[in-house]
Amino acid sequence: MLLDVRQLKKSFATAEGPVHVLHGIDLNLDRGVSLALTGESGSGKSTLLYLVAGLDRPDTGEIYIDGNALMALDDTGLAALRRETVALVFQQYNLIPSLDVAANLAFHARLAGRNDPEWQRHLADRLGLAGILRRYPEQLSGGQQQRVAIGRALAARPRLILADEPTGNLDEATGDTVLALMLSLVSETGSALLMATHSQRLAGRLDRRLHLHAGRFEQ
Amino acid sequence: MKTALTALLSHWRRHPVQLATLLVGLSLATALWSAVQAINSEARTSYARAAATLGQDQLSTLLRKDGSRFDQKIYVALRRAGWLVSPVLEGDKRFGEHRLRVFGIDPLTTPPQAQAVNIAASGALLEFISPPGVFYVSPETATKLAGQATPPLRAIDGIPSGVVITDIGQAQVLLGAPGQISRLLLWPEQPQRRAALSDIAPDLIERAPDETGDLARLTDSFHLNLTAFGFLAFAVGLFIVHSAVGLAFEQRRPMFRTLRALGVPARSLMGVVCLELLTFAVLAGMVGVALGYAIAAMLLPDVAATLRGLYGASVPGAIVVRPETWALGMAIAVFGTLISAAQGLFGVWRLPLLASAQPRAWAQASRQTIIWQLVAAAALLAAAAIIARYGSGLMAGFALLAALLLGAAMALPALLLAGLSAGGALSKSAIAQWFWADARQQLPGLSLALTAMLLALAANIGVGTMVSSFRQTFVGWIEQRLASELYIATRDDTEASAVRTWLASRSDAVLPIWNVDGEVEGMRTAIFGIADHATYRDKWPMLTASPNVWQVVASGDGALINEQLSRRKTLNVGDTITLPGGYKTRIAGVYSDYGNPNAQVIIGVDKLTELFPDVSRLRYAIRVSPEKAQDLAANLRSTFGIPEQNIIDQTTAKELSLQTFERTFKVTGALNVLTLAVAALAMFASLLTLAGMRLPQVAPVWAMGVTRRRLAVMELWRSFVLAILTAIAALPLGLGLAWILLAIVNVEAFGWRLPMYYFPAEWLRLAVLSILATALAAALPAWWLSRLAPSELLRVFANER
Repeated sequence: MLLDVRQLKKSFATAEGPVHVLHGIDLNLDRGVSLALTGESGSGKSTLLYLVAGLDRPDTGEIYIDGNALMALDDTGLAALRRETVALVFQQYNLIPSLDVAANLAFHARLAGRNDPEWQRHLADRLGLAGILRRYPEQLSGGQQQRVAIGRALAARPRLILADEPTGNLDEATGDTVLALMLSLVSETGSALLMATHSQRLAGRLDRRLHLHAGRFEQ
Repeated sequence: MKTALTALLSHWRRHPVQLATLLVGLSLATALWSAVQAINSEARTSYARAAATLGQDQLSTLLRKDGSRFDQKIYVALRRAGWLVSPVLEGDKRFGEHRLRVFGIDPLTTPPQAQAVNIAASGALLEFISPPGVFYVSPETATKLAGQATPPLRAIDGIPSGVVITDIGQAQVLLGAPGQISRLLLWPEQPQRRAALSDIAPDLIERAPDETGDLARLTDSFHLNLTAFGFLAFAVGLFIVHSAVGLAFEQRRPMFRTLRALGVPARSLMGVVCLELLTFAVLAGMVGVALGYAIAAMLLPDVAATLRGLYGASVPGAIVVRPETWALGMAIAVFGTLISAAQGLFGVWRLPLLASAQPRAWAQASRQTIIWQLVAAAALLAAAAIIARYGSGLMAGFALLAALLLGAAMALPALLLAGLSAGGALSKSAIAQWFWADARQQLPGLSLALTAMLLALAANIGVGTMVSSFRQTFVGWIEQRLASELYIATRDDTEASAVRTWLASRSDAVLPIWNVDGEVEGMRTAIFGIADHATYRDKWPMLTASPNVWQVVASGDGALINEQLSRRKTLNVGDTITLPGGYKTRIAGVYSDYGNPNAQVIIGVDKLTELFPDVSRLRYAIRVSPEKAQDLAANLRSTFGIPEQNIIDQTTAKELSLQTFERTFKVTGALNVLTLAVAALAMFASLLTLAGMRLPQVAPVWAMGVTRRRLAVMELWRSFVLAILTAIAALPLGLGLAWILLAIVNVEAFGWRLPMYYFPAEWLRLAVLSILATALAAALPAWWLSRLAPSELLRVFANER
């Protein structure tokens, strides 16, 4: 099992007192499998993704990736996890504005020590980015930026890809195309995919789906 | 309107640090400017007071063409011929450590315009004209003279500092000029029927009132220098304001758009924004002017010392709060705020209602902007080169300074961009490439602060090099000028004669230091007599000289003039000058005379006594082997009862001269440090501003596995790199500045030109200081980043929670 989440709880302090976002979540995911997390706004999808990515820490509960407990890792350990094991795709793309498309594509792979120009060229071809490698993020459309973000995640050959509303900012047709590409490439690399989305239609295209409501899974 | 204002002000409640930065920047800018203005205003008031002493600013005077004194019989002849004139004798006199300007007047004939105090009406006439007489002085001078052997002192407000007014008979005794007067004051109303001046006193000419005064003219360049510094500090301070206001405008862009969409007219919105800015300007202006007065009060004693040392001007050491300085300070604060906010205000005025918010658009430097800046820089630097080649005079010097500094400021972003691009091209790892690319992207947001740093650092290097060059030259020069082991001032001719006889067998040589004051080529000049001795032949700091210069001077056939006289009157070796009394002589040499405000002429001592038989013969330089100097001084004191301060040994004399020198440049030093501090603050403000806007750039890198700690270290490194590149750019600029100061501005301002020396260790110290200041400025944002909660970084990605 690649990902094993046990009894995960998370709350946020506010002026009005703590807001409980996740109420004891259990989740597991095998290699090569894609899983859609659906749920309305505020249901805790993004929070769950960030906890799994080691971007934030849970109040209680356990997260194991490849058998390694995230709770045991310090800041440096979590950074290494994000560098080498997981990759993130965000709704806002979050490309690095000061680097061109080619450098953005290679960036995470180089940080992870897995720079493979041949693989990046292949990804650029598949994602339709070959003609715009010297452009900067601000010169790209939303669909192009999201394809670069997906390419960046895949270029690092992570074992787990975490995608937070990756098509949320795109129109339906572009979103479908981008998702199809992502699923195809994920299956090509053998990575697992955990994707948060509002769309039941898009969720239906993944291997599994789980619905979050008020911090709990619903069947 | 009120609702809109409340909405706009809510921004500052949520961003108190930004508000503080804005107010501190504006206060500091206003403070430094006001400090300089307060000092200038204080000095100018003193000059005006000096110019008005005895009504010179209102009354015409009769004096000799060469300015020398004349017999009082001429005064008597003129009075008899119907002229309403009043005699004045004027000269310098040392009282202990203080050299004062003594004015002797006749209280019975003095015109009302010349009456600093109405002696006749005050009932003090008898006391004034009867021995020992009284000294009318300013309260400050009275304090200085306390304990000295003087006639009774009467402190009167309105008399210039450093001036003594006494009865003319008493002045003639004090100045050793029996029966002599310097000039005659003319009553404004003269009898119709009176004899022609040329018939009674053909040697005298009439001079119109001098409203400005020599001091004001002489010190103009000094105050211009000070003003230039104040302006530089003000401009550097405005960089902070621009940075804070720019950020506030950018962050509130959506709010402006919303207010406009809700029906607030553009004109009203502009009005509200202007009102908000003016409120800040007034608040910061008040604090700034108050702070300015504090700085001025701190610096004024040193400025007064500088003016006394360089120009002989006497300025009181205390600051007076003047309404015009307050008004000017407030006006400059408002003006500075509006200038700094002009770009933002224009943005609000032209804000398109439906355009999507483009955060940081103000910070995006387009290639075109950089190209335009480079073109402007090239034009300004070309203009600087042309002025340097063909310009002359003080204004050309300042125009050259302005063109050079502005040109360099314009060129800096392109230079930094080139440096950062080179760094990026040489880097190998992903994180290094990101580092350089990210630094390039931050450049537009930091370039203003870096420009401030460039200007402050260049000013430090330039002024530092100038001062150090001056110091090095001065130290060498003082070794030459103060070659004798002891200097003695005897109290009267009898003592002088006895001392000379006593010393004849106890010293190697006794060299007279005798001088008279007079007018040479229209300048107030001290004329010295010099003995034909190896002390001078071997050591005198000659700049240019004819062959056999010392023989020529000793034989009475030539004169030496100081550099000030040479430059101001374009006189050189071989030219002829006329000394008071009409004696013409050729210039045999020009010597350096640093630190002296006045013109000086040296002739052979025999020629001096021949031309001016009444010359005071009280001061001497004594040559003796150095190891015997202290004993000899002690013997002199005990044998003749000569006061301690009347015998100075070489070491003490040098120390005193160097102390005066160091004090002279303390003010520029202080302003330099303050400017650098303001630049560091500008850097801090910019980095803090950027820190709040950088999360979208930093968060993805963090999410991909770079720790916050490493990112913080990289933030520090980025500031280091930019500071180092700026320091490298500041070096040639600072040296250019030093050259302009030494070769053009100082020559005009002080009348002497100094060689330029190089001080790499000093530059390194300054560079390290500025890099440390930048690092310090970057430390807080970096620390903030290293401690940033993940939840803050996650906001960048969050669509929901």
